[in-house]
Amino acid sequence: MLKTIIILLPFVLIAVFWAMAARERRLANDPSRKSFFERNGAVISTYLLVAVGFWAIMMIVLPQLYMVDYSFHPKLPPSERGGPKDVYTLANYKFFLFGPQIGNEVTWNTTHIRAFFLTIGASMFVTFVNFCLCYPLAFYLAQVATAQRLRLLMMALIVPFWVNEILRAFALRIMLGTSGLINNALIALGVIGEPIDFLGLDIGLYVGLSYAYLLMMIFPLYNAIESLDKNQIEAARDLGAPWWHIHLFVVMPFAKPGIASGCTMVFMLSAGALAAPLFLGGPNSLWFTPIVYDRFFQAFNWPQGAAYAFILLLACIFFVLAVMKVFKVGLGEITR
Amino acid sequence: MNSRGIMKAMIAVYLGIFFTYLFGPLLVMGVTAFNTPTYPQAFPFQTFTTHWFADLLGDRDMMEGLWNSIIIGLGVICLAVPVGLAAAIVMTQVYWRARSLYYLVVVSPVLTPGVILGISTVIFWKDFTEATGTKQIEILGMDFGLYSGIFLSIIGQSTFICAYCMLVFLSRLQRFDRAQEEAALDLGASFPQVFWHILLPFLRPAIFSSAILAFLSSFENYNTTTFAILANKTLVTVLAGRVRQGTTPALSALAVIIVGISLIGAIAYEVLRRREDRIAAQRAKVAREAERDGMAAVPQAA
Repeated sequence: MLKTIIILLPFVLIAVFWAMAARERRLANDPSRKSFFERNGAVISTYLLVAVGFWAIMMIVLPQLYMVDYSFHPKLPPSERGGPKDVYTLANYKFFLFGPQIGNEVTWNTTHIRAFFLTIGASMFVTFVNFCLCYPLAFYLAQVATAQRLRLLMMALIVPFWVNEILRAFALRIMLGTSGLINNALIALGVIGEPIDFLGLDIGLYVGLSYAYLLMMIFPLYNAIESLDKNQIEAARDLGAPWWHIHLFVVMPFAKPGIASGCTMVFMLSAGALAAPLFLGGPNSLWFTPIVYDRFFQAFNWPQGAAYAFILLLACIFFVLAVMKVFKVGLGEITR
Repeated sequence: MNSRGIMKAMIAVYLGIFFTYLFGPLLVMGVTAFNTPTYPQAFPFQTFTTHWFADLLGDRDMMEGLWNSIIIGLGVICLAVPVGLAAAIVMTQVYWRARSLYYLVVVSPVLTPGVILGISTVIFWKDFTEATGTKQIEILGMDFGLYSGIFLSIIGQSTFICAYCMLVFLSRLQRFDRAQEEAALDLGASFPQVFWHILLPFLRPAIFSSAILAFLSSFENYNTTTFAILANKTLVTVLAGRVRQGTTPALSALAVIIVGISLIGAIAYEVLRRREDRIAAQRAKVAREAERDGMAAVPQAA
């Protein structure tokens, strides 16, 4: 019943907009404006509608709605699905909060809740660190560098961007392992006697996340700062503003859409990262995405995995909305 | 003057640190691929060897994964490029009150974690194929069922790669001169003719670059694929399994190969984009000059 409604929902919405558009056109009563089909011809109209419809409905909207629906169902063997036991339940969300209940005592599912907040907090931290690392370079590229050097540096930035996420994690593991390059170098220099377990201390994880998404921060920042008129900086300098004033009150407000865009991308990618926590996380560290992964492939509890995925999605949506509110930018500016 | 010198030195140091951070790990990994110790080590460098590369070629799982990755990548190009193109064109025509909703829907996959895209794809298509009876389709004894790792990976990855392609097309469309379309229409062309003879040729560079972008994004994707691939494998999921098991220089060797392939692709993509930019700039310059000369030829009104 509800599934039928879910499937029909997008189509109803499209029909409503279609009707509104038709009405608008009649009211405007402008004979030079043509309808979609008149304009594009039958073949191209069909292509456009089928392609976009398939993407928007079958690939984006319905799978997401289905996942949400699925997360409110109990775990059942295929034969019992749709049977009397297949009812709506909050059990999967309860599990996230309270864990498996033994006896009557109410206990919190501390492992998962802690992992969730750690993921959110650490992702914010990584986002902030990346912003601090990238802002000077973006400013340098956009305002200071000569055209020739800019081209060279841009190429140097783009090349590692195409190296696979897993390989980057692997490269860091070689560097940071107990018998890795950094430990060997530090021991050879006599700085430390015993190798430091960077991976066990989660340093590897944070470095890995920051490293993987560095460039997601650079490019939006660069694009935003590039369009700033040099005269504005000159004017501020002539009026006696110290350098940090110039950045804080001239460059950053101007680059706001770029900052918002970079922060959203980095946050979203680190919160949803799977490779770095799997390969660089210490034995005690719990990132949220591997937990989701384990719900599917170790607990074989798909509805619960869907519930966890939905919780993660909600957190990401919330973050995007918060960024849009704080920076007062629209969605179009973030995804540019 | 002196403070400027300090500033310059600081910038140089900062750039040095930044790019060491960016390239250092990759270079070290590259070196370990050619060194003999079984634990990947760059230093001390013992003897040069290509032994680890030979190991790779004998690895059946990896070769199978590579083959699947290529098939999926090609499938994603076939799906994502036409859809991205259509989505960009619809964006320019969609009824204005629906535009923000439309934009929200089609851009949301870019902002959704890849893991979630993979999960939702699998859940939806599992039910969908069961309901429509397309889970297994036998043609000539071969299974072409829709509930297969390859198909789901193509669908799952395309969910966001279509959006990438759409953004590429949109940025190209922004530079489209509406006057061209109007001129054609005034000369009696129909809208479909404008589409085939003016819009598509104008978008051709964007079609190439979005195809390369689609293939590379698909080839290196892990988060979505690891769910959508089901029991099958791609090169990246095999790689992930190996990295979890332990580190061997064979992985470094593989990395060198993958980085090489990515590099060729990335450079091709960049060169294409650059050339397109240059041609556009040149054309704009010629147009400006023509306009100036034309204006100069017109006698000044008294």
